[in-house]
Amino acid sequence: MTPEPGTEIGIQVENLNAWFGKTQALQDISMNVAAKHATAIIGPSGCGKSTFVRCLNRMHETVRDARVMGRVRIGELEVYNGTPAVYVRRHVGMVFQKANPFPTMSIYDNVAAGLRLNGFSDRRKLDEIVENSLKMSVLWDEIKGDLRKKSGASLSGGQQQRLCIARALAVEPQVLLMDEPCSALDPISSGKIEDLIFQLKEHYTIVIVTHNMQQAARVAEYTGFFLLGRLIEFDKTEKIFTTPSEKRTEDYITGRFG
Amino acid sequence: MPEDPINASSKAVPQINLRRRLVNAAVTFAAVGAVILVLTPLVAIFGYLVYRGVGSVNWAFLTQTPKPVGEAGGGMANAIAGSAFILLLASLIGVPFGIGAGIYLAEYGRNRFGDAIRFTADVLNGVPSIVIGIVAYGIVVLTQRHFSALAGGVALSLMMIPTISRTTEEMLLLVPNSLREASYGLGISRWRTTLSITLRTATSGVITGVMLAFARVAGETAPLLFTAFGNQYWNYRIDQPTAALPLQIFTYAISPFDEWHRQAWAGALVLIVLIVVSVSAVRIAASRGMLKGAN
Repeated sequence: MTPEPGTEIGIQVENLNAWFGKTQALQDISMNVAAKHATAIIGPSGCGKSTFVRCLNRMHETVRDARVMGRVRIGELEVYNGTPAVYVRRHVGMVFQKANPFPTMSIYDNVAAGLRLNGFSDRRKLDEIVENSLKMSVLWDEIKGDLRKKSGASLSGGQQQRLCIARALAVEPQVLLMDEPCSALDPISSGKIEDLIFQLKEHYTIVIVTHNMQQAARVAEYTGFFLLGRLIEFDKTEKIFTTPSEKRTEDYITGRFG
Repeated sequence: MPEDPINASSKAVPQINLRRRLVNAAVTFAAVGAVILVLTPLVAIFGYLVYRGVGSVNWAFLTQTPKPVGEAGGGMANAIAGSAFILLLASLIGVPFGIGAGIYLAEYGRNRFGDAIRFTADVLNGVPSIVIGIVAYGIVVLTQRHFSALAGGVALSLMMIPTISRTTEEMLLLVPNSLREASYGLGISRWRTTLSITLRTATSGVITGVMLAFARVAGETAPLLFTAFGNQYWNYRIDQPTAALPLQIFTYAISPFDEWHRQAWAGALVLIVLIVVSVSAVRIAASRGMLKGAN
């Protein structure tokens, strides 16, 4: 399925296959993800949702014995075919299930890490980027007084997750991948992250893996349903949740399995 | 009428409580007892050292070189400085190699070669220290044709490396993989991630390992016997025989003179105090750099 005519394509996936050792985790996935929209990936545990997004920024191959075949393009960028993984990841931000701020770094250093450790050293520019990123992730007002004093690990769970989003945004990616970003958070913190996704998709292409179907319905324009490593159905979110064309999609969203 | 389950069980409560309290008391007692048992020899040794040694520790002891047999006074200043010098050399060699090997084992060594290194390190850890001394004798003393501070430093560094590399490995493996992933996800290269994220997160543990190795070799005598060799005078050169506290203590302790015995006790006391002071200083310096809420 392809997004509506006129919508720019942000990520183009063609015949993507992925393995863990001899186990095939993804089979012939092809999909076009709309730029500057949110796309939700849903499906039961072990269906390959996380593996799929981890293939979009070459994180899959950091696991031992993991392999990928196929073609992924993000804008003009060929994700596979000779592009260095480090280069790809600078253009694709990722937010993980469990917030993982660097515990030895201050809030400021956490946000600046992606740039600094890649050799960026213009202090004034860095201050500006850190501030903007934290404003973008709606954390600025809560922590601006403790920027350099407090460790990233001293924040609450929800704040940590927004810190991780700010950290990902600081490197100015085109795409933001979110792997169940709210599953470890309370409803209020989840709500804040969802609000954030609404604002972020004006500037970024967002792919969000979620176990929470209401969340998918709330934040995403498009939804893909994965089952046993295959993309079963990919369509507008509305269509998936009201009139899916596949029996298996319907069974899943109505809670008959999964 | 069936009995109310809540009230029925409540009758047994005082009994359970008594039993729990007894078990609790017994286990607490056993744990406290174990701590006392472990601490007793430590305190006893230190106390006895102070008792025997403190009388002979004075300004002269800390500032003068040994006097010839029969003359009263003199001190171990050259041995204190020599020990510091040899330990500095040992650390300069042992710490980078130890940490480097630890990084390799934790981040890259999940293979046969890594297993071989781990096995070697563990065996090396168990080799008698006098054998390490012979190795350093063979490598440094025989080629230089000199007993030297360098040879002593090499011998002690050989003892530090396996301890440091294994503890560094363990500490790095304790760093959650999610931090490495967070770093890779930002497009940070692998070596950068290892140095700036993984190693930095594990710093306090790595320092503990280094200090453990340092404290252990600081009191070693056997590896210095035919490497640093000892010296009755000041020596500032890396390629000359050098005095060291453990050697001086050893020499004095087996001598037949009472004055030397007293000085050996004082030397042992000074050695322990210096080790405690240097280990504490490093710990305090390291914790200064830490942030609130980290670790």
